[in-house]
Amino acid sequence: MREVELKMKERAAELLQSGEVARVIGWKKGEFYFDPTPAVFESADELDGFVYNGFCGANLSKYLIQQSKKEGKTAIFLKPCDSFSFNQLVKEHRIKREDIYVIAIECQGKLDVEKLKEKGVSAVTEVEENGGEVVVSSLYGTVTLAKDEVLLSKCETCKSKVHQVKDEEIVFNEMQAGKKDRFEMVEKLEAMTEAERFAFWKEQLSKCIRCNACRNVCPACSCIKCVFDNPASGVAAKANDSEFEEQMFHIIRAFHVAGRCTDCGECSRVCPQNIPLHLLNRKFIKDIDTLYGEYQAGETADGKTPLTSYTESDAEPNDVMNGEAK
Amino acid sequence: MQEVTEKKEFTPNIVAFCCNWCSYAGADLAGSSRLTYPANVKIIRVPCSCRVNPMFVLKAFQQGADGVILCGCHPGDCYYVTGNYYTRRRMSLLYSFLNYMGIEKERTRVEWVSAAEGARFSAVMNDFVKQVTELGENRRLTDLRVKEGE
Amino acid sequence: MLKIAKERLNELYGKIAQTQGLFIPVKKAGEVNYAIWGEGKEVSLETLKTVKSPKNMFFPQTENMMKFKTEGKNIDIIDMRDEKRPYVLFGVKACDYKAIEVLDKVFLADPVDTFYKARREATTIVTLACSRPEESCFCSVFGIDATAPAGDVTVWLDNENLYWQSNTEKGEALTAAVKELFTDGGEAEVEAQKAATKEILQKLPFAALDLSRFKPENLNELFDDPAWEELSEACLGCGTCTFVCPTCQCFDIRDFKTNDGILRYRCWDSCMYSDFTLMAHGNSRTTQMQRYRQRFMHKLVYYPSQNDGLYSCVGCGRCVNKCPQHLNIVKVIKTLGGKNDD
Repeated sequence: MREVELKMKERAAELLQSGEVARVIGWKKGEFYFDPTPAVFESADELDGFVYNGFCGANLSKYLIQQSKKEGKTAIFLKPCDSFSFNQLVKEHRIKREDIYVIAIECQGKLDVEKLKEKGVSAVTEVEENGGEVVVSSLYGTVTLAKDEVLLSKCETCKSKVHQVKDEEIVFNEMQAGKKDRFEMVEKLEAMTEAERFAFWKEQLSKCIRCNACRNVCPACSCIKCVFDNPASGVAAKANDSEFEEQMFHIIRAFHVAGRCTDCGECSRVCPQNIPLHLLNRKFIKDIDTLYGEYQAGETADGKTPLTSYTESDAEPNDVMNGEAK
Repeated sequence: MQEVTEKKEFTPNIVAFCCNWCSYAGADLAGSSRLTYPANVKIIRVPCSCRVNPMFVLKAFQQGADGVILCGCHPGDCYYVTGNYYTRRRMSLLYSFLNYMGIEKERTRVEWVSAAEGARFSAVMNDFVKQVTELGENRRLTDLRVKEGE
Repeated sequence: MLKIAKERLNELYGKIAQTQGLFIPVKKAGEVNYAIWGEGKEVSLETLKTVKSPKNMFFPQTENMMKFKTEGKNIDIIDMRDEKRPYVLFGVKACDYKAIEVLDKVFLADPVDTFYKARREATTIVTLACSRPEESCFCSVFGIDATAPAGDVTVWLDNENLYWQSNTEKGEALTAAVKELFTDGGEAEVEAQKAATKEILQKLPFAALDLSRFKPENLNELFDDPAWEELSEACLGCGTCTFVCPTCQCFDIRDFKTNDGILRYRCWDSCMYSDFTLMAHGNSRTTQMQRYRQRFMHKLVYYPSQNDGLYSCVGCGRCVNKCPQHLNIVKVIKTLGGKNDD
């Protein structure tokens, strides 16, 4: 990863110095090794804190909505999965392709610091990735862990390592998609009884604190004013202990991004209560794939989405409910 | 005051979203043809089945509905040409999703009823009410605060 | 000092729960939060930081206040306060206990928040000393001793036993009710643990944060500091930091229409939200930078200037762990705090 980081930094400096771009969106070093923060760099001098390591899981594309409206071109580093979100934002006219310079970067799967902590590792000073292993140095010594065990859950089921859009590429090593099937858990839930499913979601959603992190981080949630923030909508409640409100918020949010969600997994990554929110979106993705043909949001920056198109022979809702739809 | 000793029979609250151009007129025809449908079906007239936002369905449940049925023109017969094609996809996904969250699938339904199908309207409503009555009260997708004081 | 073997803790919980409600860190769907104890609940005292802080006990995320019922031209106002049976809040860490002091200054000052006060008075607080602080902890910066928290009762936990020491009248009353389960002793073990923990605390990376610049007289200078722009750049405007924070105290009051009236409730609000300062005339904070600045200025400058220099951050480090984009108060302190960190 080190060579990738150096090259990225070098390119960022060149682009800023030549004036080709006015700003670069990347990551900046945090307080520790494992907490880099998304950052906007406007001159080459600011690049001292530039970082790209195994903990840069954040999807930067949503920052473009604000940043690319500023004067001059904006350069951005996109991992393969982030490039889907980029296309989707272009498609929805949230950003303009010509305002942005896309640098596609290598990603070997990102790490989850909480999973490291579960393994008993704390006070991490550095993490070296070595093929299928990660070597973690901490104040208390060095441990080697299997990478598969400490990946972010969104990376375990990585759908693609192909950049959907790029102006240039910084990739040194071959990248591999996730090893796990991303619909496995959805299928498991589908196989349960209604009562079991209800109990599962009730337990999970009852943890929700309505902090809105899932919504605010989501590149598909780009409404200027969300219905849940609008006092005139009649649903702008902040109470969290009514079961119904949690259900309503998450159902409506999942439906609103149905057909537009690229499955970038940011919602689950940021949830402070670790609610598996991606399982909501994946149900829609799976249903859309089965009923209306395989569809991956963000594969292209144009064309219709499953919910803005139809065919005359679409399945009937009652057949879908009875499992009789083809 | 006489005490109620008998257990009250459960009569579900049913919300029916009906398209102005077909099923709403279908309900009218049922009435003028003296065909009955249960009085606990509350009809909400919409300009097209496509007007029904998923939030409407959830709001109905929140306010105490035990079942929600959506009626529109038969596919191909939409007054606005294509509205109900979108409805069909939207509601297939929404209802399937609600079921994924553990909401009983018998609580939701979509039916296509034209303005000429008064008899069908009556039959559909009778059948849906029967189905929800058998299922019982909605407890999974309801706001307890609404029922305060009941 | 008293002690009880770790394996017998369930007996202790059961004993307390016989007469009082017991709020204790409980694991549910993988996450540990304070909840009412009951048979079969998985208690996790070892968890250093619950996701939500125990402020939830006195200042719940949502609380019904009153109900309005109309009949004809008559409006009835019904007080919704539930009867206050006694509660025990068990396992509060030193930082979270200090946070309750911060909240007291807000809610118990005139005009007194009677909802808060009733809960506060009905509750006995049992604090738990820390033995494994982690890298995100910085309570010592605010003068908090994680090894010997105050509270009605203080307990220490090691691999074998839980040690119990009561500090107040309320604590004595609770001790009397459970004393039969305990035996005497434990002073030496507790002292040893304190010494060991203190050593770790000194080594923590944030142990030397410099707060010297956060003084009322620097208010304008800090407010106008250009660094806020950069500090807040990645902020998503979600409420995670405020909702996991043990000292955040802002709330909103709203009405909900029920079938037979109006329910008035209050719920946590967040200064990070765009509608937080929305008023009839418009919104006084229109950018995320302003909202972000408000939160930290409140913790480090506004609150202390009104409360004899008491900061309304206790260094629990929850925001350090939970911010989706890793922005946090430590970065603010390091950037604006003082010479040590330059």
